[in-house]
Amino acid sequence: MAEETLDREPTRRGFINWFLGTSAVAFLLSVFYPVGRYLIPPPVAESTAGTVTLPLKAEDVKPNTGQIFKFGNRPAILVRTTAGELRAFSAVCTHLNCTVQYRPDLGHIWCACHNGHFDLNGKNIAGPPPRPLDPYVVNVRGRQIVVSKSA
Amino acid sequence: MGGSAKPHGRLWTWLDERVGLAELEKLVKKKEVPVHRHTVWYYLGGMTLFLFMIQVATGILLLFYYRPSAEEAYESVQFLMAEVEFGWLIRSIHSWASNLMIFTLFIHLFSVLLLKAYRPPREVTWLSGIGLLGVGMGFGFTGYLLPWNELAYFATKVGTEITGVVPLVGPFLGRLLRGGDEVTGATLTRFYGIHVAVLPLLTTLILGLHLFLVQKHGMSVPPGVERAGGARRTMHFLPNFLLRDLVGWLSALAILAALAAYYPTELGQKADPFAPAPIGIKPEWYFMFMFKTLKYLPSYILGIEGEIVGVVGFGMGGLVLLLIPFLDRRTARGEPSRLFTWIGIAIILYMIALTYLGYTEVATQ
Repeated sequence: MAEETLDREPTRRGFINWFLGTSAVAFLLSVFYPVGRYLIPPPVAESTAGTVTLPLKAEDVKPNTGQIFKFGNRPAILVRTTAGELRAFSAVCTHLNCTVQYRPDLGHIWCACHNGHFDLNGKNIAGPPPRPLDPYVVNVRGRQIVVSKSA
Repeated sequence: MGGSAKPHGRLWTWLDERVGLAELEKLVKKKEVPVHRHTVWYYLGGMTLFLFMIQVATGILLLFYYRPSAEEAYESVQFLMAEVEFGWLIRSIHSWASNLMIFTLFIHLFSVLLLKAYRPPREVTWLSGIGLLGVGMGFGFTGYLLPWNELAYFATKVGTEITGVVPLVGPFLGRLLRGGDEVTGATLTRFYGIHVAVLPLLTTLILGLHLFLVQKHGMSVPPGVERAGGARRTMHFLPNFLLRDLVGWLSALAILAALAAYYPTELGQKADPFAPAPIGIKPEWYFMFMFKTLKYLPSYILGIEGEIVGVVGFGMGGLVLLLIPFLDRRTARGEPSRLFTWIGIAIILYMIALTYLGYTEVATQ
């Protein structure tokens, strides 16, 4: 019994090993924590603009065409349907973030990366995309086209 | 010097006393390579190593002109191709040798897989080999972006997005890899650092271990040849095997030179983040089977997004490939293991079929 308690008493060697071990861990932490934080990119302020006035005249956008424009720092697409209506959506494919395009031959929106199809309401109708494209609101003020996020 | 047959000069003696050349010489003279009907597969590892050395040499040369920023990368490659003498050749060789290297690496991998060379005691050699495959594909993926052209931009967008699909850690990894939420100049700088510093360092370490283990265990004799019995034939590594190796290397160099000269690598259009993805966008051919699989998957499988199923599926596939030496118990016990032969053949056929489909599809359908 006495021997057992003796064994459990901290020895000098045990203490030194524990001390060295925790020092080594603390040292590694003090190296890897700053490196880890360094590697994570700092957040860049998202463009909060909810409204964009396009550098296009309304009459320059022909029916059955589509055009990519900048909405904040992401691409968006403006489509004029064959009926003459203007519509805008986020141009970021909901599958793997490629930029979509308008296909006049199909009359709807298409993503070249993995063959995703969206109709003119932004709905995913074929291929791998799991969700519809985010729709935006298009207003024509005189000759100007103003696109804004849906409220 | 004791033991060495022919007398050496004074320089050799001087070096031997300081570096220990005699031990090295003994080692090299002792090294033998088994001779049997599958010996030809032994040359693929060395050929991959040879092509890697070409990559190091041409990569260093490219560094002298390349500028890693979104504003200058494309222009610096354009300058290299149009103005610098033989710039097009160095870049073409770098690009073609990378493709050939991955190709020989795959053949090496599959020959080791089918000849069951991963069985004890060579499990760690296999693990380090799979590690080198990962590093090699990382080289390809990061290097593809560096010219900052349209195809590379969207391939990287998709590739890093796939990382983001990985459950739990995905979004964090994606951001870490991109250096932000989007593929931008920050991504280019990161990929550059990974391509020219991180991956070469990893390669040096893993390749060192791989080669050390190959020397330690010697070449694996396929179980089929072992079971057949008969007299064991071998050849000396020096000079017999090395000279044959050289023939292979020279052939690879000839193919490489012909490809680089007749099919020089193109540069394409400069990347524009606000242009639609180009029609006919393709990744490097060795990612094609995965790309094509993602294209075939429906948007939802059993209520889970198709891309998540695909990515997790390929992750599991990679894990199984990594752990094959530990899963294939029959081969480890020295028994024939048909199942794992068929698994190997199935993987090869799947990759070939999907790659073929990826290259023959009509881009606009």
